[in-house]
Amino acid sequence: MKIAIASGKGGTGKTTLSTNLAKYLSKEFEVVLTDLDVEEPNSGLFLNLDEILEEDKFKMIPKWIEDKCTLCGICQKSCNYHAVIQLGEMILVFPELCHSCYACSELCPEEALPMIKQKMGVLKQFKTDKLNFVESRLEIGQEQAVPLIKETNNFVENNFGKEVLKIYDSPPGTSCPVIEATKNADFVFLVTEPTPFGLNDLQLAVETMRELNKDFGVVVNRSDSNNKLISDYCDSQKIKIIANIPNKREIAELYSSGEEIYSKVPEFAVELKKIKSFLINELKVD
Amino acid sequence: MKIAFTTKGINWDSKIDPRFGRTEYILVYNEENNEFFNYDNREIEKEAHGAGPQTSQKLFELGAKILVTGNGPGGNAATVLEKAGIKTFVGAGEMTVKEAYEAYQENKLNELQWS
Repeated sequence: MKIAIASGKGGTGKTTLSTNLAKYLSKEFEVVLTDLDVEEPNSGLFLNLDEILEEDKFKMIPKWIEDKCTLCGICQKSCNYHAVIQLGEMILVFPELCHSCYACSELCPEEALPMIKQKMGVLKQFKTDKLNFVESRLEIGQEQAVPLIKETNNFVENNFGKEVLKIYDSPPGTSCPVIEATKNADFVFLVTEPTPFGLNDLQLAVETMRELNKDFGVVVNRSDSNNKLISDYCDSQKIKIIANIPNKREIAELYSSGEEIYSKVPEFAVELKKIKSFLINELKVD
Repeated sequence: MKIAFTTKGINWDSKIDPRFGRTEYILVYNEENNEFFNYDNREIEKEAHGAGPQTSQKLFELGAKILVTGNGPGGNAATVLEKAGIKTFVGAGEMTVKEAYEAYQENKLNELQWS
């Protein structure tokens, strides 16, 4: 079972929910939490786990071999992302724009654009008892999150069997990194907050999930007297609200010091229990 | 000398388009024969990525040696402009083409220094 924790708006509580839920569920299930917010992974700050693996991740980019090039221009025409530009007698490659599709390299009749490795980030794996944690961190200067998210997903697929409950902490927003992080999930929890901004971005996230044909539900964080804002929308759209995490100063204080919340705030644990019941009863996690 | 302007129209009184990569038009003024050439760049709207390098390359193909624009190019576009040897002047975003040309002649625009 793969579940993704996502949101339209940033700062709604994806990581708070992901880390606490992963710890809570790991008391009963074998769990792997994966932080796919590779531009700024922070789940690890809330987990005190032992690092067991670290490996560099690479993407492939073309390198121009001037001596072999006949300046035919095929490479530049084949690039959908304008990552290869011909300028008179020069071919310029922009690694940040390159999507590693190999088109220029494969179509070059002179083999003047071989693909070479470029480090894009570092993946780390941690484990303590039944809780596994995987995170990837993009190298400074790298602009594309998607290739690293893809590699990280592959790592989790290859290293954890079907019996392991997989939780993915997604990046915020509704753009390519979110699509990549949620497209393989069996279910997506959209975290939001009862503010106009939270509602607006929830609506965008809902549209995205519908476009992807995903099963999803909503978790309201910092739930308070304004909750009607979200519940009216969810009712009208027939979207299930699975949990309401209360707005409590104590939760914010524990979060700010990187501490586990559910074991100290019973109201928080009650909401995690609702999510667990949902996973067991509706999604048939066993 | 061919001078390129990023513009929102195709004559002297058109506004400069302050954007570089996604400029609507490129207007090229050839100082030697007093001729104008305009290139409709609006297709660039459809491109999600790489607008800057592409527009830079177009300037190279059009034979421009000088670029007068508004906000200036981003990093990738700047790399292409530098390699193409196109001197780039910024700060004309609020002007018409005519005003921008005069400002360029009077050295009132900032030339970008490639680092």
